Amino acid sequence: MQKGGSRSEGRLLRAILVVAICLTLAPVLRLFVEGLTDQGTLGLSLASKVLSQPSTLSALKHSLITAGFGTLVSLVLGAAFAFLVAITDLRAKGALVFCLMIPMMIPPQITALSWTQIMGPSSVLLKTLGVAPQLGSPQPLYSAQGIILLLGIQHMSIIFLTLRAGLRAIPQEVVEAARISGARGLRTWWQVVMPLTLPSLAAGIAITFVTALGNFGIPAMLGIPAGYVTLPTLVYQKLAGLGTSVLAEVSVLAMLIGAVAVVGIMVQRFFQTRQKVYLVGSTSRPLAIPLGAARLPVEILLWAAVCTILVLPMFGLLATSLVPAYGVPLRLDTVTLASWWEVLFRQPVTTRAFVNSFSLAFGAAFVLMILCLPLAWLMERNPTRLSRLFDSLLDLPYALPGVVLSIAMILLLINLPFTDATLYGTIWIIFLAYLARFFAVMFRPIQASLKQLDPAMGEAAQSVGASLFQRLRDVIVPLSAPAAAAGAILVFLTAFNELTVSALLWSSGTETLGVVIFNLDDSGETAMASALAMTIVMVVMLLMVVVQLLSRRFPKGVVPWQT
Amino acid sequence: MADITLSSIGKTFAGTPAVQDISTRFENGEFVALLGPSGCGKTTLLRLLAGFEMPSSGQIRIGARDIADGVTGTMVPPEDRNMGFVFQSYALWPHMSVRRNVSYPLEIRRFSKAEIAAQTDVALNATGLAEYADRMPSELSGGQRQRVALARCLVSDPDAVLLDEPLANLDVALRASMQAVFTDFHKRTGATMVYVTHDQSEAMAMADRIAVMDRGRIQQFDTPQNLYERPKNRFVAEFVGLGTVVPLRGVEKTDAAAHGHVLGKRIAVQSTHDSPSHVCLRPENLTISETGDLRAKVARVTYLGGKYLLESVSECGTRLLAETRAKFDVGTQLGLTITTPWAFHED
Repeated sequence: MQKGGSRSEGRLLRAILVVAICLTLAPVLRLFVEGLTDQGTLGLSLASKVLSQPSTLSALKHSLITAGFGTLVSLVLGAAFAFLVAITDLRAKGALVFCLMIPMMIPPQITALSWTQIMGPSSVLLKTLGVAPQLGSPQPLYSAQGIILLLGIQHMSIIFLTLRAGLRAIPQEVVEAARISGARGLRTWWQVVMPLTLPSLAAGIAITFVTALGNFGIPAMLGIPAGYVTLPTLVYQKLAGLGTSVLAEVSVLAMLIGAVAVVGIMVQRFFQTRQKVYLVGSTSRPLAIPLGAARLPVEILLWAAVCTILVLPMFGLLATSLVPAYGVPLRLDTVTLASWWEVLFRQPVTTRAFVNSFSLAFGAAFVLMILCLPLAWLMERNPTRLSRLFDSLLDLPYALPGVVLSIAMILLLINLPFTDATLYGTIWIIFLAYLARFFAVMFRPIQASLKQLDPAMGEAAQSVGASLFQRLRDVIVPLSAPAAAAGAILVFLTAFNELTVSALLWSSGTETLGVVIFNLDDSGETAMASALAMTIVMVVMLLMVVVQLLSRRFPKGVVPWQT
Repeated sequence: MADITLSSIGKTFAGTPAVQDISTRFENGEFVALLGPSGCGKTTLLRLLAGFEMPSSGQIRIGARDIADGVTGTMVPPEDRNMGFVFQSYALWPHMSVRRNVSYPLEIRRFSKAEIAAQTDVALNATGLAEYADRMPSELSGGQRQRVALARCLVSDPDAVLLDEPLANLDVALRASMQAVFTDFHKRTGATMVYVTHDQSEAMAMADRIAVMDRGRIQQFDTPQNLYERPKNRFVAEFVGLGTVVPLRGVEKTDAAAHGHVLGKRIAVQSTHDSPSHVCLRPENLTISETGDLRAKVARVTYLGGKYLLESVSECGTRLLAETRAKFDVGTQLGLTITTPWAFHED
């Protein structure tokens, strides 16, 4: 339905839409073309050659195993927390939810680094406590099981969030009706609550699998030392070792990861549409089943789990960052801030990485805000066939594994059309990749808030004579500013911590913080890596607290960890 | 200020017609109400006038100026039409103070600071909002918000003011006082006003003329009195006021009077049509008397304050509504006399 509101709105929509499509969908399209052609001609010979290599097959197997079992771990942890937090009368739910969101916001390479600091023979924390295993015994996390465990912890928040949202949509009356009919205890849960939440649970599992499949930080930090290679690390190793000469080959690998991911995304979409059926109806009072005498033990158990998952690794990280050399136990006479001093103020590469990551994250948040604010409003006001298609596809660069997007970016920008220039090796390729990847992170909160905005707000301005620019400036932007701010903080947060995309796109001088932590750890500077990681964790927590404190002022659906 | 002329305006949404072939004219300075059940197309018609929707066919003109043409696709956008619009939700901008909400149209028109201040004060005083000027919309009551919305659309002296069910969100007492605000305002400014409502008492109380709409068409466009006393068809007769439509047979019409058979009795009727087919029996047309030749049984009694509404069923099963000061019990047999009802022709 084309509203006759304003011709200028239609023109502006088309203009911004073209820019947005070029940014987000062009790379994906370019990769698709590359995968189907061989040296410029249509053919699948290269694809079949790469796909039949033993290294590809073993990496695919490893990827499926770690992502599959990792999702299982996420499911057990996330579902247990979600059921207990969403449908019972636990106390301090807000704090619990906030803590359970932290694993998702901490970058995976830091998760991996922190967990290796509380296990293995050289763990500073274990040495300090005198319980470290014998020197020479292996680091237990450098294994498939280690990757699975950490992938599971990293992504349990996704399961937790989707399931909790599904559970909160179940009205109290449904459970009360079951109880008045005579169902009691677990029977209510099994026969009433569970069936209603299955679609959201299935959607959560699918998206967790896709995210785990695309994870680079954890298999890179844990798998590469153990010689356990997954698809993303295989792409990284090939590209890092042989440069762009293997571009065609890694494109096929990227297509393979992309194909598996797209299947997962489609499964998720399917269940998400099913789930809407249950969301219809009153959700006045969410469930609150009394736990009775079991409440205190359950609370203690939950908080203990949170401590193990969250606080313990952070102590490990902190301990390592405070010793003069990796392996020295932490005592009053050995404690030193030398690593912090070194990494924050002395090393030029970390200073450069701070500047790079900050500029990239800030720039991406700023540009995306400028782009998404008018676009979201215009798409809401004048939906066209093209804008609806874009709406359904714009999540793709974010949902697809970062490795896939990076390869797509290299293909698109290694030779700029009509020139000999290249963006590969410059900071601009990382910047454009960030714009593509985090477009959805900015767009969706703004869209959610504009959907709740009375369309008459804009029309009222129109009827008193305000032009399109005046309406945007005076009415739409101020009213969606809180959502845009939340989106900007989220983009900043994710981009600031990003590793996967920049690991494949960085070159000397354009290192990001994620890359630097990875490289420091790789070259044995674990104490410095830990100090830098601690700094980043503190920045992340600070920003999350800011969002949390402001969350009351945001419209519903803007802050991802609130419903 | 100028007349608004609509020529065969039509609007379809995804193949479904919302407004069909409407040709009419709103005179300069007139208070027009668009009345009809929900889904009749009245709000769509208003949004077409405002320019929020583009007509699928037909033209809209203000004075001599073409503002929308569904055939050529030309259209003056809402921001250039100089019309005021009062929304059902008021649509006050929550981030602006009352004063800024009202002065915004003047800022858009690049008035000088002094002019803006002066005209805003006039509009605020006219709507009794002077003391609330520095409040935010969230700090106001429903009626006050409504007045801010009105002040905002008056301040720029529009050619016409369009109002979309502005009283629907207010309680009954406030509605009555806001009706007075609207009528006073119309008298004072002489602005053309088009008022959408589904509440006929509201339309009757305020409008010079009412366009009764159903299924995307204007069924009758007339003064409130004519709509009630001389409905053109069954829909208008049944939608406006109380009453029953029954067939009229054996019509004999002379210049002076008309007679016909209604419910088996021969009575005098009023009509302008040559061969009317139905009559509308309003409570005023029915008198209760022992000798009344139409027998009916009381089925329901509703107290209206000072009088009773009797819903009775005649021997042939027709539902008849009468008003009385005396109370009757359900089941009582009544005699009714019909006096000169209005007759119209229905295909």
